Amino acid sequence: MSALPLRPPRRRTLSQRDARTGIALMSPTLVIVLAVVVVPLLWSILIAFQQLKLLEIGTANPLRSLTLANFERVFASGRLWASLGTTLVYTAGSVLLSIGIGLLAAMAVRRPFRGRNFVRAAFLLPYVAPVVAVTFVWRTMLNPQFGIVNEVGQSTFGWADPIPFLSEAQRTVEFLGAQFPIPTALLTAIAFEGWRYFPFAFLFLMARLEALSSESEEAALVDGASPLQTFRYIILPQLMPVIALLAVLRTIWTFNEFDDIFLLTGGAAGTGVASVRVYEFLTVQRNVGAAAAQSLVLAVVLVLMLAVYMFMMRRRGERL
Amino acid sequence: MSAPTTPGTQTSTAPAPRPPEVQRVRASRRHQIERRSLRILRWVVIIGLLIVTLLPFYYMVLLSLRPIEALLRNPSSLIIPPAEFTLSSYQQVLASTAAGGQGFGRFIANSAVVAVSAVIISLIVAVPGAYAIARLPFFGHRQVNALFLAAYLFPAIVMAIPLFVLFTRVGLRGSLVGLILVYIAQTVPVAIYMLRNYLDTVPVAVEEAGLVDGLTRIGVLRRISLPLVMPSIMATGLFIFMIAWNEFLFALLFLVERRESWTVSLGLSQLSGSAEIPTTVLMAGSVVLTLPILILFFSTERLLTGGLTAGAEKG
Repeated sequence: MSALPLRPPRRRTLSQRDARTGIALMSPTLVIVLAVVVVPLLWSILIAFQQLKLLEIGTANPLRSLTLANFERVFASGRLWASLGTTLVYTAGSVLLSIGIGLLAAMAVRRPFRGRNFVRAAFLLPYVAPVVAVTFVWRTMLNPQFGIVNEVGQSTFGWADPIPFLSEAQRTVEFLGAQFPIPTALLTAIAFEGWRYFPFAFLFLMARLEALSSESEEAALVDGASPLQTFRYIILPQLMPVIALLAVLRTIWTFNEFDDIFLLTGGAAGTGVASVRVYEFLTVQRNVGAAAAQSLVLAVVLVLMLAVYMFMMRRRGERL
Repeated sequence: MSAPTTPGTQTSTAPAPRPPEVQRVRASRRHQIERRSLRILRWVVIIGLLIVTLLPFYYMVLLSLRPIEALLRNPSSLIIPPAEFTLSSYQQVLASTAAGGQGFGRFIANSAVVAVSAVIISLIVAVPGAYAIARLPFFGHRQVNALFLAAYLFPAIVMAIPLFVLFTRVGLRGSLVGLILVYIAQTVPVAIYMLRNYLDTVPVAVEEAGLVDGLTRIGVLRRISLPLVMPSIMATGLFIFMIAWNEFLFALLFLVERRESWTVSLGLSQLSGSAEIPTTVLMAGSVVLTLPILILFFSTERLLTGGLTAGAEKG
């Protein structure tokens, strides 16, 4: 490379020079991502196989002996499977709900009307606002003592007692003569996720809807399709790829969601999802090794979903 | 262009060959019912979702302007009687602890320092990186791109343990500098992803014209591409600001023991567990936390949403 002739054939050198410039421009980013994402991740795998307590992290030798004790600890108690089960229900519920509401919202504001921009902006609020602020407002609104939801529920809908939405693990609901146990706090958390993340689905679906060509819809109309048939057979199939993408993306993020659950319920009342358990291992039990092992279990699930996501993006022809 | 499907325009824009009688027979009664109920349903959905999205924010502002006694006396009121209107919650939440307040003034300053530094450094790093990924065919291009996407999608809780250990060891835990470093790493991949989408919109021909005129690649980037996408770079910067301002987990792990370094998010979450501080004061804190973000977001909304959903149009 150093022996480049002074006036080489122009095309080759341009792409060669470009390649060099590319690496030069690229490297700061690469260094940061390697230093603060990749290396810690690898180190985390190491820690998962070591006995490491919170008090020792400043002094311990990073290359101390390896052990499987952390995994035994994480897997041994039935709580891992319980928390993974909770996480699964929480994730599936949240993803379905947020995409469902997002689809409804996108279809509802599809055609222009007066005030559409305002409505659009209002729909984005839950997603944009800081998570700490919105969880605090939800907690206040659902508060059994002075929250507005229980107040209105008691005065208007005739609830006998206030419902402790965020601190009650289970309640029995009578419906059509049968009794159903429902997980109150978990459902509330799922409702919160649906509320907070429907704007995300809404944005993506709106972008896709705006790009749809009107021809096939007009053809369906001429052929006598009803509006619902048009939606079912013309619009929905064209939205399906985006919906699938959204589902994978939201699953990746919700499965590992920490902030929302932690701030709403603290992981109590049957909402102890796996990520909250990582935090508990770290701060309550002060066992860094076990926390790393638990987060590794999460990471494995995550990597599988990432692979699905990248596969889907490739099929869509994204450059990856 | 969205399809013109309002009942009125449908019949008028339908192709002419078929006589209108046939059309009317085909648009059977079922269609009429569907169309009408959908028109009503559409407004039910819009109004229902508007209430659900706006009410919590209205409630937030409302509580921050009422005294706590009034709230406890009449919890379900959705209006503020003029006699109850007060700004004392804001005074109390912003004043420093020495002055008997909650010290949110300090938290705001911390959040601002952290977020602004993260924006500046992230952009300095990410703009050249995004350009390289968008335009330059270097070796390992695809792998680097996939790595960034993975880093973007990788959630914080998995990164939290090793970073916690790492930053404790190098003595950066408990300092705002450590937090800034983490935020940079968290935002650079997103920034690259967004900027790449924006840079892709610059026509290659314009850049080639610059090259032919004797500019180097760096020159092209500086004099041609950057000015063209400047608004988008601003939008990306604001997005990074939002991420850093809203972030909670790392602030909690890194700074919880040092109240003087708390960010607004962390401060609100820590204080909201305490029984001594009136809810109305904390609501004022929520407004203080939320307002800057909403202002920033809605001033750049179109650009931001465009950058995030780029590619969704492809289907």
